[in-house]
Amino acid sequence: MDASPAEMARLAGQRPPRPRRRLPPWAISWIQVSPLALILFVLFAAPTGLFAVVSFFDYDRVGIYPAFLLDNYKDLFTTPATWRIYVSSLRFAVIVWAITLFLGFNIAQFLVFHVRTARVRILLFMLCAIPFWTSAIIRTIAWIPFLGRNGAFNTMLMELHLASHPLDFLLFSDFSVILTYVHLYTLLMIGPIANSLSKIDPALLEAARDSGASRFQILRWIVIPLARTGIALGSILVFTQVMGDYFVVKRMSGGQSASIVSALSTEIQAMQYPPASANAVVLVVFVAILVGLMMRVVDVRKELVS
Amino acid sequence: MSKIVKHGITRRGVLGAAVGAAAGSGALTGFPTIWAQNIKDIEIKHAGQPVTVLAAIGEQATKDLGFKVTMQASESADLLNRYLSQSANVDVGDVSLPYMKYLIGRNILQTISVSKFKQWDATLSLFTKSVYSDGRPASTQGIAPYTVLYATDAAGSKFASAPTEFLNGVPTITNADTLGIRPDLTGRPITSWKDLIDPQFKGKAALQDNPTVGVIDVAMAVEARGDVKYGNKGNMTKAEIDKTIELMTEIKKSGQFRSFWGSFDQSVNLMASGEVVIQSMWSPAVTAVRSRGIPCVFQPLKEGYRGWGYMLGFMKHLTGLKLDCAYEYLNWYTSGFAGAVVAREGYYSAQPMNAKKFLTANEWDYWYGGKPAAEDIHDPFGRLMEKAGRARDGGSFDERMGNIAVWNSVMDEDRYLTRRWNEFISA
Repeated sequence: MDASPAEMARLAGQRPPRPRRRLPPWAISWIQVSPLALILFVLFAAPTGLFAVVSFFDYDRVGIYPAFLLDNYKDLFTTPATWRIYVSSLRFAVIVWAITLFLGFNIAQFLVFHVRTARVRILLFMLCAIPFWTSAIIRTIAWIPFLGRNGAFNTMLMELHLASHPLDFLLFSDFSVILTYVHLYTLLMIGPIANSLSKIDPALLEAARDSGASRFQILRWIVIPLARTGIALGSILVFTQVMGDYFVVKRMSGGQSASIVSALSTEIQAMQYPPASANAVVLVVFVAILVGLMMRVVDVRKELVS
Repeated sequence: MSKIVKHGITRRGVLGAAVGAAAGSGALTGFPTIWAQNIKDIEIKHAGQPVTVLAAIGEQATKDLGFKVTMQASESADLLNRYLSQSANVDVGDVSLPYMKYLIGRNILQTISVSKFKQWDATLSLFTKSVYSDGRPASTQGIAPYTVLYATDAAGSKFASAPTEFLNGVPTITNADTLGIRPDLTGRPITSWKDLIDPQFKGKAALQDNPTVGVIDVAMAVEARGDVKYGNKGNMTKAEIDKTIELMTEIKKSGQFRSFWGSFDQSVNLMASGEVVIQSMWSPAVTAVRSRGIPCVFQPLKEGYRGWGYMLGFMKHLTGLKLDCAYEYLNWYTSGFAGAVVAREGYYSAQPMNAKKFLTANEWDYWYGGKPAAEDIHDPFGRLMEKAGRARDGGSFDERMGNIAVWNSVMDEDRYLTRRWNEFISA
């Protein structure tokens, strides 16, 4: 940019351009994708491949032995625990998904359509985002003293004579698990949906209103279809977070509910790597199928490009 | 809930005082015995649990021995993983008795020669001969120390069933665990393990979230209630595991357990906040609750204690001068200073008479003698542990360590147990 005059002159073509050997287009493409491909290979494909291989190995307390056994998978699929934890994780995922979608969509809609000034909007976005500057672990644990038997909330209820005895279900229950998930993951829904909504041309909504559409009709036929990408992206984020969670379910259920990953962790603690690997493979395949199904509803790639 | 108890913030400053007092006793003589010029370049890395590999011990060893000793802390499963996968980065390591089962035969540890270990005669007969100090035979349920102590040969490829010249590791720290209770909230005296599953404490009991320890604690309870009679609670048959898990699931479904805890501070907070009034607990956790002014007792129970122990093992890669230094460190580590430090946390040294040399008469009487403290008792970091006048829960060393019902364990059927435990947790 700050080339000297001499340089400029040279660049201006006083010398005939040297014939350059051009790389074939496929090679250029490969070079372009190589940084990402390398990262994905080293940090994702290779480890995944490794545990996929280990999942077929034999093991005892002393070690793991290369083999090709289906026993780990057989054990996994014949244990009632497997079905229970998948059902339980799916249940959590669906409930949390529904709540965060409802909250996320409404909050996003409010932020994008109903807040008039950009400054207030940014302020409100910040209010949503600032809690996320602390770690998820702290935001999880912070609920415990609040919800405990002698915690802040129960004490308040008792003081106000709204309850005669502390409510035990508030902590170490499905309730506390779902509450924490919703608290942690609603922003994951707000972000993508708000992004989609902000791309909607206000003229479109005005036109609909002028043509006599009710608020519900506008929502149903214009806003939601145009927010599809955001909804799908948010759903994928929330779903995969809940399915892969270990910490929240363990802490907030007091270890009384199991998640897929907590079962896997029990196996790792007992040095049983092959069954833990089999568990991980099944989880990855399961989540991949779910995400694949969500992708079928919306072609995220196409939507992101447009 | 107030702050999570964290060790080590003021560790150095405060321990200086304790070290000074100990050094004043004049017991620190005779180290080192290797006089090579180059030992100052040697570094011995000692890995272990955060509660026991305190930096102050490494600093004192460095001062006394003339070579560097550094302490590396990891939690139990991580620690085992380090030995299994990166033993080259560790020189000597604390190994819990059950974890010996994972390490022997894998070319990770080398044996320690009894003849080079100077504190052998000071070591508890409970470890070396499986008898209590009064000569009664000790419990062999679970992984009893004696069963993993000796190796058949110098290479340490197998456990020996009778004493040999080769040790898989040297016994260092031990203790007897029982249930922690909130005497102000239980409303009646607690005397038996079966109280853990008494419907009176429905929704107010907790267990450690760990298949081996959790299952053994419940086994103690259901056996005390008369539901099951075990051959060996620390090494159950498949049928016994099935029966136990079945009972546990029933108890869990009745809403008995408020929570399962996975870490020290969780157990402290459950108890201190009153969520739980009876639970499996560790001795320092009980003290941590009490140091907040909340009554908590490490309740002795008539069926006995769940014992555990650690051994110090040498990694295979140690050779030559470094191996000599490791022996020097081992002999230093078991000679009392370190034993006195962990005594102040409520753990016992496997060489108690050595630890005695570094404890005040008041500390010795309180921690080992089971007598009421003549003056205030402080932990290794100088914090008040116990006010004068109070005696240790469970009494003297002999009363506590002389009444082990079962040792912490890893069962032969651990593969099956893990599977069933996952079923229990998800039920």
